[in-house]
Amino acid sequence: MLDKNGIAQRIAREIRDGYYVNLGIGIPTLVANYIPEGINVVLQSENGLLGMGPFPFEGEEDADLINAGKQTITTLPGSSIFDSALSFGMIRSQKIDLTILGAMEVSENGDIANWKIPGKMVKGMGGAMDLVASAKNIIVAMQHVNKAGESKLLPKCTLPLTGVNCIKKIVTELAVLDVLPEGGFKLIERAPGVSVDFIRQATLGKLFAEDNVPEMIF
Amino acid sequence: MINKVVSGAEEAIKDIQDGSVLMLGGFGLCGIPENCITALVKKGVKELTCISNNAGVDDFGIGLMLQQRQVKKMISSYVGENAEFERQLLSGELEVELIPQGTLATRCMAAGYGMPAIFTPAGVGTEVAEGKEVRNFNGKDYLMEYAFDADFAIVKAWKGDTAGNLIYRSTSRNFNPVMAMAGKITIAEVEELVEAGALDPDQIHTPGVFVHRVFQGADYEKRIEQRTVRTRG
Repeated sequence: MLDKNGIAQRIAREIRDGYYVNLGIGIPTLVANYIPEGINVVLQSENGLLGMGPFPFEGEEDADLINAGKQTITTLPGSSIFDSALSFGMIRSQKIDLTILGAMEVSENGDIANWKIPGKMVKGMGGAMDLVASAKNIIVAMQHVNKAGESKLLPKCTLPLTGVNCIKKIVTELAVLDVLPEGGFKLIERAPGVSVDFIRQATLGKLFAEDNVPEMIF
Repeated sequence: MINKVVSGAEEAIKDIQDGSVLMLGGFGLCGIPENCITALVKKGVKELTCISNNAGVDDFGIGLMLQQRQVKKMISSYVGENAEFERQLLSGELEVELIPQGTLATRCMAAGYGMPAIFTPAGVGTEVAEGKEVRNFNGKDYLMEYAFDADFAIVKAWKGDTAGNLIYRSTSRNFNPVMAMAGKITIAEVEELVEAGALDPDQIHTPGVFVHRVFQGADYEKRIEQRTVRTRG
């Protein structure tokens, strides 16, 4: 079973040289720590920056330079800065190759819910609805089951949706799964030491698994 | 050159009345019009509708106006990090309309570009789409979203000149340029106000035609919401 860093490390393997990538808050942010050597990736922050660098050294923080999580960051050689409308223009026109974000639930037809729990204080969707509605390639980083042990990979989402029919790949603490175009989760890889049966029990939506599902390689 | 300079925040906001619809630039606490917010709190105008990506924190930014119960309605994409906001929302004192961040930016942009509406895929199939017109273009559904209609846009820039031309710095640009274009009256506060001619025309982000009032702000705190650093070595 993977921890958050393990999920991030596995997702980093999906990143290709030359990609422009938008990383959501939480586990997706950790993906930046595992981008392999020799792969050139430009990170987009939807508040208006392409080419997000690491956190600044202490004493070099700049209140005018933050990421979408409002954290102080830095630029890199080749970075560019722009306004919010232009930022979502590049998202909508699919100039961003990959979006990685968290989820509370994903359904077997690729719907995602990640912004609102009825009865609880709703903070807002931020840029998530724009990202999932437009991205050509979305990977969800999420926990396979909730704290009560209930599956978050469902036949149908129970929470208010963020986007419909948009998720193609999911990485959890247990598995890598593709969402099939005709519906259903296809098991691609198992986390080290986790059996197909264990994953099947943790998946309430339709699960397709071939006989020899490999373990993840990092 | 037409002179857009006013003496300060109090003069700049003097005709903002109870019930006005305001746009306020900034993302989190980055690039917010600190001086105008302070002046609005002092003036005590109420029943405001505020269009702003976020709602500040308890003791800074729009949070200061929330504490004085000056805001009737917030139109934002993300409103976390604010306990007073949460209290007013749950008690029903405050109305909130949450809209996707790109839709928020583009509804500002549409107003500034003189377009009545836009079509966006954000929110299709979700509760955001309820009651909205859906159009299909090339096999994909889009929601029709209207341009904002704001009485005042209040923005913060790094440098401005007396003609109202503005230059923003780093990611404090965010919503400021699109909001600057979108207000019936646009008020710009700047860290440094210079004479017309002192800024390179090639470097202007917001042309002065969109700006009605400009002044040099004072005592910028520029508070950092999430100070994150790495250690040397």
